[in-house]
Amino acid sequence: MVLGQEQAQRYARHFVLKEIGVSGQKKLLQSSVLVIGAGALGSAAIIYLAAAGVGTIGIADYDEVEISNLQRQVIHKTERTGMKKTASAELTIRELNPDINVRLHDEKVTTDNITDIISMYDFVIDGTDRFETKFLINDACVLAEIPYSHAGVVRFEGQAMTYVPKKGPCLRCLLGSVPPPQETLTCSQAGVLGAVTGIVGSVQALEAIKYLLGTGNLLTGRVFTIDGLDMVSKVTTIPHSDPDCAVCGTEPSILSLKDNKEEYEIKSCTI
Amino acid sequence: MVIINGNEFDVSGKTIAQYLGETNYSTARIAVERNGEIVPKSQYDTVILNDGDTVEIVSFVGGG
Repeated sequence: MVLGQEQAQRYARHFVLKEIGVSGQKKLLQSSVLVIGAGALGSAAIIYLAAAGVGTIGIADYDEVEISNLQRQVIHKTERTGMKKTASAELTIRELNPDINVRLHDEKVTTDNITDIISMYDFVIDGTDRFETKFLINDACVLAEIPYSHAGVVRFEGQAMTYVPKKGPCLRCLLGSVPPPQETLTCSQAGVLGAVTGIVGSVQALEAIKYLLGTGNLLTGRVFTIDGLDMVSKVTTIPHSDPDCAVCGTEPSILSLKDNKEEYEIKSCTI
Repeated sequence: MVIINGNEFDVSGKTIAQYLGETNYSTARIAVERNGEIVPKSQYDTVILNDGDTVEIVSFVGGG
């Protein structure tokens, strides 16, 4: 692979980073990342992945752009309300970086299709907005042995962690099962500030890029949390998987997604 | 004394469930780590906090 003149200029600030350089840039251009959910987390993650020259970006979403999305979902634009979020995200990527090969998965991820979709990529970013879907992505990535970045944001708070197969705990190790709807609040119920989703979505893009380059220390066995209101951020080390984890433990009870379908069905009350 | 999220608490002898019951944590949305190991939720009622234990509690939110 030879970089063109425009690419040499575009990625010049990467070439001087010893962790990237020309060889790392080529690696990024030959890599693929799937972002599930082109919402607030996905907006920040996709924009930074595209800018950095991650060669293939997949976007899975089934929603359309609404005006109420735009205070945080910065990949979309006012004139694109009513457009599919996947199509809107693709337009922004193309404007930003024509190097990127964009793949659109214009459908809801389910137990039936998620394994086929994630298996096409080197790394997955969970930018979805429900615990039910976050557990579906977790279990699918664990079973297919695909690394992924988990994150969640509500109000001014958020967290992120990176699952790498057999290298640390998965989301289910930490939380056990999908929290009941009365224990959770979605962004529409609780509110959310775009700047906070931007921080956490950027962390997810950074984790993906580090994983693809094989550099730095991932949030594997570590959970990043931020409270943007008091501006307290923290990384808590939780190095070991739960040996009794239902999906990644020594005697897992979840052997296929279909067997556990009910848990992934949306139960959160939404407005 | 038990060190929880970096601060000392006089809660030795209590179970994790008893300690959590005195706080505002939402049990379903937290991960509890004791001395470097995850405590499964099924053990919150039985694991007793001892003097010198180090506990980390991390809350998760589900939006995106």
